[in-house]
Amino acid sequence: MSLQALTYLAVGLSFVVYITIAFWSRARSTGDFYVAGGHVHPVANGMATAADWMSAASFISMAGLIAFLGYGGSVYLMGWTGGYVLLALLLAPYLRKYGRFTVPEFIGDRYYSNAARLVAVICLIFISFTYVAGQMRGVGIVFSRFLEVPIHVGLMIGMAVVFIYAVLGGMKGITYTQVAQYVVLIFAYTVPAVFISLQLTGNPLPQLGLGGTVAGTDVHLLDRLDAIVTDLGFRAFTEGNKSTIDVFAITMALMVGTAGLPHVIVRFFTVPKVSDARRSAGWALLFIAILYTTAPAVGAMARFNLTNTIQAGEVGAADANLVYAERPQWFRTWEDTGLLRFEDHNGDGRIQYYDDANEDFARQAESFGWKGNELTVDRDIMVLANPEIAQLPDWVIALVAAGGIAAALSTAAGLLLVISAAFSHDLLKSVIAPNISEKQELAAGRVAAAVAIVVAGYLGWNPPGFVAQVVAFAFGLAAASLFPAILMGIFSTRVNKQGAIAGMVTGLVFTFAYILAFKGVFFEPLFENTVDNWLFGISPEGIGVVGMVLNFAVAWAVSLAGEPPPEKVRQLVEDIRVPRAA
Amino acid sequence: MKEDLSRQAYWRANIRLVLGCLVAWFVVSFGFGILLAEPLNAIHLGGFKLGFWFAQQGSIMAFLLIIFFYAWRMNRLDHRFGVDDDEPGVGS
Repeated sequence: MSLQALTYLAVGLSFVVYITIAFWSRARSTGDFYVAGGHVHPVANGMATAADWMSAASFISMAGLIAFLGYGGSVYLMGWTGGYVLLALLLAPYLRKYGRFTVPEFIGDRYYSNAARLVAVICLIFISFTYVAGQMRGVGIVFSRFLEVPIHVGLMIGMAVVFIYAVLGGMKGITYTQVAQYVVLIFAYTVPAVFISLQLTGNPLPQLGLGGTVAGTDVHLLDRLDAIVTDLGFRAFTEGNKSTIDVFAITMALMVGTAGLPHVIVRFFTVPKVSDARRSAGWALLFIAILYTTAPAVGAMARFNLTNTIQAGEVGAADANLVYAERPQWFRTWEDTGLLRFEDHNGDGRIQYYDDANEDFARQAESFGWKGNELTVDRDIMVLANPEIAQLPDWVIALVAAGGIAAALSTAAGLLLVISAAFSHDLLKSVIAPNISEKQELAAGRVAAAVAIVVAGYLGWNPPGFVAQVVAFAFGLAAASLFPAILMGIFSTRVNKQGAIAGMVTGLVFTFAYILAFKGVFFEPLFENTVDNWLFGISPEGIGVVGMVLNFAVAWAVSLAGEPPPEKVRQLVEDIRVPRAA
Repeated sequence: MKEDLSRQAYWRANIRLVLGCLVAWFVVSFGFGILLAEPLNAIHLGGFKLGFWFAQQGSIMAFLLIIFFYAWRMNRLDHRFGVDDDEPGVGS
């Protein structure tokens, strides 16, 4: 069977599974729709959380980032997993004890204010739409490369599938679909990694292969990789290039942001008990760690393979570089997508790939007759191209396509659901029309989910230029707005309504303004995005931490200046601190 | 002396455990993986430089241990203070 047919088969079969599951577990009540009835087993919830959380960015982009950043990629590895420690210890058990449907609902109750709830809704919608647009771009990339359909056709198919299981099944449908999607994506991610690790190091476990020796030699893979990339003027793989304070801030912002992402938090509303919420966070991280400890190996090995393919012999030797006309098949397929580009600056018909921004090395390169780097590699292709680079069988490539789509769709569905719950539960039911019946609320939730899918599809179809730049937004804003408000709501009985609102608004406005000023989303950036202009040397990616600190400080100061919260709120806080119902 | 089994005592014990776990969380990631990464890189663990290993794999494994340790200790704490929700029909 051709690769094309195999890919259609793998993707088609996985879609049939998702839709069947969604039909079998469709929601019948608002409880089903928002929190899957609260009956999800902690292990299943862990798996669903892992699929929900691991997006197209984790599946497609992260290993590519590590391949090119090396040690610098650690901020994502630690940042996107360390947040689960904060979730498990500081948020999940208490929010489960609180036992309602949404994050804004908790903030509204704890701070006895619809205004606070509204601010939380605004933060949530902003965070979620930013994030979902990125997912839709991921769906587009995978479809256009593997199914060879135009991006918008692929998007429509993806939207239709999400529509069926999110609108029909709500949280209940999504949960079990995500369990299936987790299985597909983790299998798709680890199988090629195992083969590649075997080929390169002889060790089938990529986690260990990364620390192993290159097959047939006694040189360690990482040492060899450091040597071949530094020979081409690049920074050593195991060393970073960012300042320590910036690495620190970005890692912290990603951790706190992860713990503050509404679509992750609500997953802990779906387990039966408080003790399950704690355990489930551990399961979620275990399932995530399987991918996140494989990714560094995939990144390093992809970089190793890519560099060795292009630069087959000694640097500078006349016949060491790959002849363009003899490029391998995977090179040709990715050239068609425009994500891999070759320009023959010196007209020798061979590919030179080196760091021409490194002045010392560029001078040396000139003496070889090289006239600039000739290869442009989009980071996003590393995971998807990997099986082809390693010449794995076609069924593995088909599987990776299905896994990439599963990762993007599961996250998109989780986000769409929190968006729809914010509309139907936090706006409609609580503010606009408190008297609607449960049936009407459920219908409104479905309509809101459908509308959100259309908007997300539009964002994927016409990606606003800023999508790729603003991942920092989602995490920075979650870190600066929602996380502190929830944390103080649980651990302090003194923070009051005025304090919480002032804190959230301060964190939100500060972080938003800082990122806008340097990234210039709707206008030209106000400041050049360089380390000299940054506050304390912290980049826009890490600024959420400063926003978070401001949020805490303002909320505390304003609260101390005002009245303590009313007695019934004190009771609520005391009550969520103990697992057993009072 | 009789053990203090009040809610305040439960909450204090909980805070102590959480703080202890957060210290471990901070040390393995921000400590070993970032602040001390360079000196630790002088030490080799197989083919890994130690600081690099903590930043890319070790911290994640430590996070896992921390969460499961916390869940286990909290369950014991819940039980000791008689607030556990493990009995059927309790805890919504």
